[in-house]
Amino acid sequence: MRPLIQFFIRNYNFFLFLLLEFFAFLLIFQNNYYQQSAFFNASNAISGGIYSYYSGFTDYLSLKKVNKTLADENSNLLNLQKSSFIKTNNKTFIVNDTLYQQQYTYLSAKVISNTTNRINNYLTLNKGSKQGIKKNMGVISPQGIVGIVKDVSENFCTVTSLLHSKSKISAKIKKNDYVGTIVWNGDDYRIVTMKDVPTHVKIYIGDTIISSGYSMMFPEGISIGTIYLYGTNKGKDFYEIKVKLFNDFNNISYVYIVNNLMKDELNELEKRSQNE
Amino acid sequence: MNNNLLKNIIRFIGLVLLQILVFNNIEVFSFITPFIYILFIIMLPFDTPKWVILVSGFMMGMCVDIFSNTGGIHTASTVLMAYISPWAQKVVSSKQDPEAGTQPGIKTMGFRWFFFYTLILTTVHHICLFYLEIFSLTDFFGTLKHALYNVAFTMVFIIISQYLFIGRKTE
Repeated sequence: MRPLIQFFIRNYNFFLFLLLEFFAFLLIFQNNYYQQSAFFNASNAISGGIYSYYSGFTDYLSLKKVNKTLADENSNLLNLQKSSFIKTNNKTFIVNDTLYQQQYTYLSAKVISNTTNRINNYLTLNKGSKQGIKKNMGVISPQGIVGIVKDVSENFCTVTSLLHSKSKISAKIKKNDYVGTIVWNGDDYRIVTMKDVPTHVKIYIGDTIISSGYSMMFPEGISIGTIYLYGTNKGKDFYEIKVKLFNDFNNISYVYIVNNLMKDELNELEKRSQNE
Repeated sequence: MNNNLLKNIIRFIGLVLLQILVFNNIEVFSFITPFIYILFIIMLPFDTPKWVILVSGFMMGMCVDIFSNTGGIHTASTVLMAYISPWAQKVVSSKQDPEAGTQPGIKTMGFRWFFFYTLILTTVHHICLFYLEIFSLTDFFGTLKHALYNVAFTMVFIIISQYLFIGRKTE
């Protein structure tokens, strides 16, 4: 027994090294595979607090641009309002509309931290469980899809960016409704790749790509980007389409979190049909 | 000694804040981010006990990880770097033996020594970091290329920092 203990004492630095590396790898795997690493990320109170304090300074730098996008969006919304339509037929009367039922609600949030230069990028937003944010909600900006909520604390949440090596988002070509998957290969934050579109489809450079609405996180028709290059994969049966994003991920300051009111119902239905 | 401890604590906090608030936002050619927080490990005094180097490497990496949402990849690479740093000090030969209590730097050890010492540690740290981040060997040389470009930029900032701050203090 004694030689063993002496061996440990003599090499205690090496064993300390192994122990610390063990903890580090534990953290890595926890972050990669288990979505509930609630403490060790930017959504905890201390780092979230520091980031929101810091973004209080940096926000001034982008105020002009933010104002412009807000004004643009306001004008778009005003266009949709009832008051901007003229009544052409006085015989109509209001009925309780049962044809339409609201499926999505939106909650605006401010981005307090954001990266684009890593292979796995995340954003931190200043809304959390107190405001009703839950995991796996979609996040969009006025220009397009941003990502999916990963972790939630009381007042903050972290978002897995579209610019993440494991992000997969269902999208379609606006013109002919062919559906594919959007992934990111880690090179350029302005370009994503669309896969799984069969090669018999005719596509053109400049076509618009929008969200398909097949996933429960995003409504149909949220813009993503335009085609700027395309080729085929090795087997030549699917396209690999390079899509230029509408979103400048380096410059996002305000986003909307999408709440699908019928998500639970859909989830339950799909689970039931899978079980059978 | 107390003075040294205080100086290192301030440097620790300063480098963490500098890394997460300034350098994490820098991107050259959209993929290069200098990781200057490792300067803390590089500049620990020569007679620091090994376990202190390891533990401070662990804490440093952990702080950067928490703020950049990267799990434990900075922690793992900084601990590895901390483990080999006494070895790197011996491998790079120098004319004069360092006095106890001095810290590695251009002023104390000369440019050539400091350059190669930093180069070894930065390369080990960055290669470990980049492969852990991508967690696959599919694009082996692409990742290596990214890592080595990044080493160059981190080195530039570390050398500049030597002339900006450290030089004045030791005089």
